[in-house]
Order: sequence, then structure tokens, then C-alpha cells
Amino acid sequence: MVGETEMLTGADILIRCLEAEDVEFIFGYPGGAVLHIYDALFSHKNIRHILVRHEQAAVHAADGLARSTGKPGVVLVTSGPGATNAVTGIATAYMDSIPMVIITGQVPTALIGNDAFQEVDAVGITRPCVKHNFLVKDVTKLAETLKKAFFVATSGRPGPVVVDIPKDITAQTAAFSYPEQISMRSYKPNNVGHTGQIKRAAELLINAKRPMIYSGGGVVLGDASDDLTALTRELGFPITNTLMGLGAYPASDKQYVGMLGMHGTYEANMAMHECDTLLAIGARFDDRVTGEVKKFCPHAKIIHIDIDPASISKTIKVDVPIVGNVNRVINDLRNAIKVNKNQVDAKALEKWWQQINNWQEKNCLQYDRESELIKPQYVVEKLHEITKGDAFVTSDVGQHQMWAAQFYGFNKPRRWINSGGLGTMGFGLPAAMGVSLAHPEDTVACITGEASIQMCIQELSTCMQYGLPIKIINLNNRYMGMVRQWQEFFYDKRYSHSYVDALPDFVKLAESYGHVGMRIENPDDVKGALEEAFAMKDRLVFLDFMTDQSENVFPMVAAGKGHHEMLLSSMGTTDRELA
Amino acid sequence: MRHIIALLIENEAGALSRVSGLFSARAYNIESLTVAPTEDPSLSRMTLITRGSDNIVEQILKQLNKLVDVVKVMDLSEGIHIERELLLLKIRVTNANACHDIKRLCDIFRGHIIDVNKDSYVVEMTGSSDKVDAFISTLDPHLILETVRSGVSGIGRGQRIL
Ligand SMILES: Cc1ncc(C[n+]2csc(CCOP(=O)(O)OP(=O)(O)O)c2C)c(N)n1
Repeated sequence: MVGETEMLTGADILIRCLEAEDVEFIFGYPGGAVLHIYDALFSHKNIRHILVRHEQAAVHAADGLARSTGKPGVVLVTSGPGATNAVTGIATAYMDSIPMVIITGQVPTALIGNDAFQEVDAVGITRPCVKHNFLVKDVTKLAETLKKAFFVATSGRPGPVVVDIPKDITAQTAAFSYPEQISMRSYKPNNVGHTGQIKRAAELLINAKRPMIYSGGGVVLGDASDDLTALTRELGFPITNTLMGLGAYPASDKQYVGMLGMHGTYEANMAMHECDTLLAIGARFDDRVTGEVKKFCPHAKIIHIDIDPASISKTIKVDVPIVGNVNRVINDLRNAIKVNKNQVDAKALEKWWQQINNWQEKNCLQYDRESELIKPQYVVEKLHEITKGDAFVTSDVGQHQMWAAQFYGFNKPRRWINSGGLGTMGFGLPAAMGVSLAHPEDTVACITGEASIQMCIQELSTCMQYGLPIKIINLNNRYMGMVRQWQEFFYDKRYSHSYVDALPDFVKLAESYGHVGMRIENPDDVKGALEEAFAMKDRLVFLDFMTDQSENVFPMVAAGKGHHEMLLSSMGTTDRELA
Repeated sequence: MRHIIALLIENEAGALSRVSGLFSARAYNIESLTVAPTEDPSLSRMTLITRGSDNIVEQILKQLNKLVDVVKVMDLSEGIHIERELLLLKIRVTNANACHDIKRLCDIFRGHIIDVNKDSYVVEMTGSSDKVDAFISTLDPHLILETVRSGVSGIGRGQRIL
């Protein structure tokens, strides 16, 4: 009924706005300040409310939905503790540029500033970790504000937007009409790349002797995966993806040299170091990607395509900046290359590929396949096999996250869902809920660790309530493995507070929530257990894999090092030393 | 390098804290900041003084532009511009001689005495920050009871319009 006017309460206006935005799911948790809104939801049929067990999980779940679909995730929480609990989720989404609208309840307008019950300055607290936020002080402005919120969240470089709504506003009435279009004089994202710069970029790429393409999460967010793949194939250049960009280029393709950065492949990092022309697309030269900035791509002319001007030349000075929608710019660039009178230097490229093939022969991701202990890498490989490489995989943060990134081999965008920017433990399970709700027919796995999973374990209850058949792959090494790894390498094996003691029996825990639990202790049982679990199409299965405690993530670029200074193999810790 | 940045921002609650929060969160230096509504009451104009290398100032400008409420940003120090600061100074007057001295300095610096009391005067003066500094430094610090500076406001010359 967009455009028509009728008198509605603020709560009803909110619901109607969400409907107008085609919102299918809203993740939330009730409380005093949002009771009018919950009352409006009670009789409502079109929007499904998913009741989580902690507000952090509501935001992660909406985030998982957004990452896997490209649509904005929507959250509803109450004032005070509801809002503060949501902050970790909001910051997680902000760091990874995920489109979301978070509705926080607020105390009634007349009480704001009085230290009222459950009052926090939600707009103030979230300001540094949102793309934008609003406090609604007038019910007649509510619909317009929500329109702006969705517009800002989903356009340009996406991000979370908080709308703080005082309780009295949700009870007052106003004429409802939802604007179809909104224009903001202060916010006009630029989508079209500069033609001159695109020509220069084409020229550089054609003349490159040792070219490299480095693409990031922006390609996934900008739905430019097909365009990137076409460009890369036309050029015949090697390509690497960042942790956030996995799947934007098919991992099984021969031009793909693996992930780059701190735990990237030898070949990807060496190619970064040696390349003479770097094409960066939708990536932001994050410190985990660049290693020591002074040693970054020392020989390269750099072209950078990004929607956000502030990402360009922030840490690394680039030669050809192109601000615009990745998808558009990539296609303009393809045309500019086609019409250029010269062609890519095939001879030089062949030599470059020989060099890269030599690096690939190092086989940097090898691990001990004869071990009597379950190797975490092996579990991920088998997971890939059994899910045919086509599952949605969420993860938490730590070693398991890196092994998932290194060994799953994503061939499609939006399949790999992880907190790359903020690195939020506790993200994996709630994110998987959002993915599972949005893709009820698809396989959803959450690769986690015994420390991370406990940060949002209460969501097993939500999964039961809504029948979400997620498969939890717990790589249980009884350690905060990533912390232990750093302590082993850089703190003289002083394993200060990184042992995860007093673990619950995860099998019983899963069962107590009504799910299926499995404990796997033998490498020989890994495949069978996964097959059995994935055959249970409508059940959540918690697979607790007892893995090798001493396993470390390699290769590794340590702090202060360049891409060419990777650690390649284990420093020889044995399992016994750790126990 | 010292830069003077002018910006137009939506005149909404919290707009100022978006700008100041950006500076503190990203550890940018901020020397002064002035803000007031423009002829269009829905817009505020800010003038900011900051210091930093070219790279940092480039980032500051980009990050300011990225704030959703910011309509326009300009680095005034990139071209010809005018800067002014308002000074209100309360000075102790001990005797007729002191009165005379203050009046003389006011003439030289084109300031005005805008409040007269038994023991003190309030002087108003506008000028560049350097001029304000110079005026203050000519006075005996023991006689200064209060110093109130507005911070710099700036405007481009001629065709330079934000
Ligand atoms: C909320 C939060 N707290 C602390 C950290 C720091 N941290 C990073 S990895 C890690 C250990 C994770 O352990 P686990 O989940 O068991 O995974 P593993 O590394 O063993 O695979 C910690 C504590 C974090 N990323 N997030």
C-alpha cells in the first residue's frame, strides 16, 4: 500500500515499513521498550520473528542471512541491555560492511537523559560501529527514517544502521505512507568509475609482465563474482582472494592460487611479493593481508577498484585509484582492455606462470596424513567431499577458521560466512541460523572450536525451536588453538590461560537441547560420521571431533614480516609437550 | 602541516559528535572546531583546524566526506582564504595608567573595550589566530583574568564557495 495514507501507531508503521522492504525475517528479543512493537507483531503474518536466546545472536543471525542472500538483515531488540548486547554483533557487521537495520527500543522521549530504567544512549554507544544511526523523535518521521535506514544500509559501501525508537513513539499515531524513493543531499554514493583511470588501468594490465589480481569481500558484496571471473579468464592472470573474498573466484580453477595474507598460500604470497602489476578489487589492504606495509608488493604498480574512496590509499599508496561499483567498473575495464590496440604479453605471462608453478610445488598446505590423531585439515577436506563443496559454511574465530578457509575450497560467492574484520568468537552458530532460515533447502555447516562455540552455545535452543538442521563441526583441540599457537611461537611456549578446561560433554549437551550429538576420536571414523550426520537432513547434529592438540596453521606471515618471509612448517612441538 | 577544513553538515542532534567522534576514534589531531547554523537553518557550518601529513589529511577529508550527515567538505588551506577568530579577554585594571595602556593596545590591534567595571575591562577583538596570539602576548599575564577564544572560522575568497 505504498503511497496511500492511513492512521497507524508507530509500532504498526514500523511493521508496514518492513513489509514494504520485503523483509521476511526479523531476529529479536522482547523487553519493556519494544512491547508495543511486539504486540503489533503478534497478529502479524507476513514477517517471521525469530526469537533468539541472546541479542548478540540476533544480530549475527541477521548478519548470516544478509551475507548469504545479499538482502539486509533486520534485528529488533529492547533498550538498555538489549542494545548493549547487540553491540558486538553490530560491530562485527560494520567491520565486514554487511547491510543491516537494527531497531533498538528506547525509553519514552520524556525520560531520555534521566537515567531511566533500562536507558542507555544507544545512538552514542553505537556511533563508532555503524554506518549511520537515527533517533526517532517524531512519529510522523518514522517511515521516512526507516526508508533512509534501508537506503543507507544497502547502498554504496553497505553497513549496519541503527534506528533507536522511544517507546512513546511506537504508541503515537500518524498518517502512514512509505516513500518509494528517497534522496539525501548529504549521501550520494558514486557508482561509476572514472573513464580516464579505467583506460590507464587497462594500459598497465596489458603491459604487465608479472601481473596479479587480488580480490576481496567487496566483490562478494557487490555481486561481481561473475564479472571478476570473466575478467580474470580473459586476462589469463593469477588471482588470489582474501579471507572475505573466498568463493568470489572459483577455488577449483587453475588460475586461482589460494588465499593470501597471514595464513595464505606460499604461491599467493610470493606472487604478491614478486608481481609488477597488482589489480586490487573490492579489497582494503587490511593488515592481516599486507603483512609489514613497508615490504608490501615492492615491485608493483597498483590499481585499486573500490566503492569507498576512504579505502583507497589508506594504508598502501596506489597508482591508479578507481572509485565505483566493482561490478560496473570491472565491466568497463573489460571493455577498455578489448578496445586497446595491444594485447596481453603472452610470453611474459607464460614465464610468470612457470615461476608460480614452481612455488606451488612447495605444496605449502601439506599436513601429516599418516597421523593417528584426527588432523583438523582432514576433517575439513572430508567435509568438502561429503557436501560436494556446495555447503554454506560459517565459522568462528581461531585456527579452525583458517583451516576452513584453506581447505574447504569455495567455488561460489556468499557460501563462506565468517567474521573477518572484527574476528568475533561466537559468530558461527547464530550466523548459521540466519543462513539456514534463508536457505532451508541447502546444507549449512558451522566449523567451530570448543572455545568459540561456547560463546553463543545457548542458540542450540533457538535451533531446536525453529528446526534448523545445522551441522556443527567442532574441531575440539582443548585449546584456544590460535592463542596457543602464538604462545608457542612468540611467548616461549608459555601457555598462559589458553587451555580450555572443564569442557562440557558436547554430545550430552546437544542431546539435552533435543539435538543429535556425536563424538569422533579416530581418523578412520571421520568420513563415516560426517556421512551419517549429513544424511540426517532435518536434524541438527553436533559433531565433536577430538583433534590433534599440537596442530598449527601454516603457512604464516608473522608480525613485521613481508609476504616472502613466511613460516612454512611446524616448529616441532609434539602433542605430549602440550598436555 | 596545519590545515583548515570547512564543512557543511545536516543540523541534527548528534551531528557534532559524529565529527568529533571520528577525530578521537581515528586518533586525528584537532586544534579547534567551530560550528553554527547557516542561512539555511537545516545546515550547520563547521570550521576545523587540524595538523597532519598529507596522507593523514587526505584520509581526514575522505572520512569526513564518508559521514552520512556531511554534505560538503573543503580544505580551505589548499587555496586563498580568510581566517578569523574572536577573542574576549577580561583584564584586571589596577590604576589609571593600566587603563590607558589597554586603550592604546586596543587601538593598535583594533580591539574594543565592551565592558567596564571598577576592577576589570572586557576586550573584544577579532583577527587571525596569529594576531590574537600577538595581542595576548603584549599583555602582562598577571593581569589576564579570563581568556575566551572562539576557535577559527574560515571562508574561501572570491569564487571558492562551499
Ligand atoms: C570474542 C573474542 N574474544 C577473544 C578472541 C581472541 N581469540 C582469537 S582466536 C581465540 C581462540 C579460539 O579458540 P577455539 O574456538 O577453540 O578455536 P581454535 O583456535 O582452537 O581452532 C581467541 C581467544 C576473539 N577472537 N573473540
